[in-house]
Amino acid sequence: MTDSILSATDTPAPASAPERSVTAMIVDGWRDRSLGRWLWRLTALAVCIALWQFASMRKLDLVIVTFRNVPAPTEVAAAALRLFQSPKLVSHVANSLFRVFSGFAVAVVSGIALGLLIGRFRRVEDSLLPPLEVLRPIPGVAWIPLAILMFPSSELSMIYITFIGALFPILLNTIHGVEGVDRRLIASSRSLGAGRWSIFAEVILPGALPSIVTGLAIGMGTSWFCLVTAEMIAGQYGIGYYTWESYTLQNYADIVVGMLFIGAFGMASSSLIKWIGRLLMPWYRIQERHA
Amino acid sequence: MTDRNDAGRIDLRDISIHLPGKVRFEALRQITTRIDGGEFISIIGPSGCGKSTLLNAVAGYLAPSGGQLRVDGEPVDGPGPDRGMVFQQNSLLPWRTALDNVAFGLKMSGVPRGERLSRAAEFLEFVGLKGFEDRYPAQLSGGMQQRVEIARVLINHPRVVLMDEPFGALDAQTRERMQQLLLDIWGRLRPTVLFVTHDIDEALILADRVLVMTHRPGQVREEIVVDLPRPRPEDIIVAPEFIALKKRCLALVQDEVRKSLIGGLEAARIELPVEA
Repeated sequence: MTDSILSATDTPAPASAPERSVTAMIVDGWRDRSLGRWLWRLTALAVCIALWQFASMRKLDLVIVTFRNVPAPTEVAAAALRLFQSPKLVSHVANSLFRVFSGFAVAVVSGIALGLLIGRFRRVEDSLLPPLEVLRPIPGVAWIPLAILMFPSSELSMIYITFIGALFPILLNTIHGVEGVDRRLIASSRSLGAGRWSIFAEVILPGALPSIVTGLAIGMGTSWFCLVTAEMIAGQYGIGYYTWESYTLQNYADIVVGMLFIGAFGMASSSLIKWIGRLLMPWYRIQERHA
Repeated sequence: MTDRNDAGRIDLRDISIHLPGKVRFEALRQITTRIDGGEFISIIGPSGCGKSTLLNAVAGYLAPSGGQLRVDGEPVDGPGPDRGMVFQQNSLLPWRTALDNVAFGLKMSGVPRGERLSRAAEFLEFVGLKGFEDRYPAQLSGGMQQRVEIARVLINHPRVVLMDEPFGALDAQTRERMQQLLLDIWGRLRPTVLFVTHDIDEALILADRVLVMTHRPGQVREEIVVDLPRPRPEDIIVAPEFIALKKRCLALVQDEVRKSLIGGLEAARIELPVEA
């Protein structure tokens, strides 16, 4: 190889430099405004709470919707404080976390495994997808009676319902991801000596990963979504149980506290999934940025 | 080098290929040719004449519907690392760095990590990409991506390298540089190269022999021996011998394009009354 060839790289830096600086300018501009945007968002949130407070205190009646029995934010805050001081809080949270993450974990393993097989093999798709499509629209509530009958303990019934909630987003996103993998990547990998198993591990799985992570984040949310339903079966502990019990006991402020807990935990665990996804796929953000 | 010259012989005998589709159509018809080990072959012809189909058959992605296809006497049965493939758009794994992409073939053949990475680094240096080991494909220019692609194929020491318009998406300057790089690599490692291109200049600069294909269904119209001395300088394209060869290739390709147009018009004329 002559020196001229060796030293002559395609000079990517000058060629792409103008593009990169434009991108940098856009990013900088966004950063400048981001503090202002966060302030704006917080203000919007505060305004919403203030409106809620106003509506509840005035027992506002808007014909279709009435705030007569809706607890005010101050009442909710008091109820929340009571829950925080209660020795039961740890049990509520621990039980719910255990149920959601157990159901989610089973959904992750089975959803990804099934999704990879269904996405890759037509025969598996034709065998498994029709029954799964029938099960998909059935809501968690409808599963309660059967879940109680099918499993030996109420704990397993509850885990089953959070599992069912998480399964379908994970499964469908995995299938979608597998089907979206560039055929040329598979072809060229085979020409480099990759066998059946390596194609799966080295090409299909990482290729589908961005879509799988999206499915996991959604599935995490739907798993929390099903928590109240699942814990209707519960005997004494769980955030969902607490919420449902408060309804039967007409402790309206407690209901809202339970709702907010579920919302906060659901959001936090979905963010956790996305964060793990970003750690697993450093290449993905780079690709998005250069696309 | 002499013993390597024996490896990579390709025998095509009466190869026909039908492609599935709405209507099953004949892409290649009874192609017969013999390519010696270490030979550099360019394939040109009108669009849609089956050039890529021929490469895909040698790669093992497509099974011929008739005829015999042998590499070093053995029938081709599926893709394998002895026949490397380079596409027009890179098919690097986006989640692997340049170094890991080049090392991929060695990983598949079970070479331990340390050894495969150091060999991959050598090959990256060989294609002029020292210092870019940790870049992801998306962080490289089009020309650099194709360099990684070439290194990734070469690390397996393939007997045959199949290239389907590998420089077609690059700008003119980068393309010239890549042609010189490819010739340099070929001179050192001497694999058999099958190089599909639209560009007659490119075909002649690179090849020992140019296969000119007919319009669909593709057959070999003519084999043109390019007996220009090597190494070929960049200004060879203005040498009289080069221009003579180019004229011949142009005439053949244009003739085939004309025939395919006439064929298309006749087909349209036949269809018109049916539609009316």
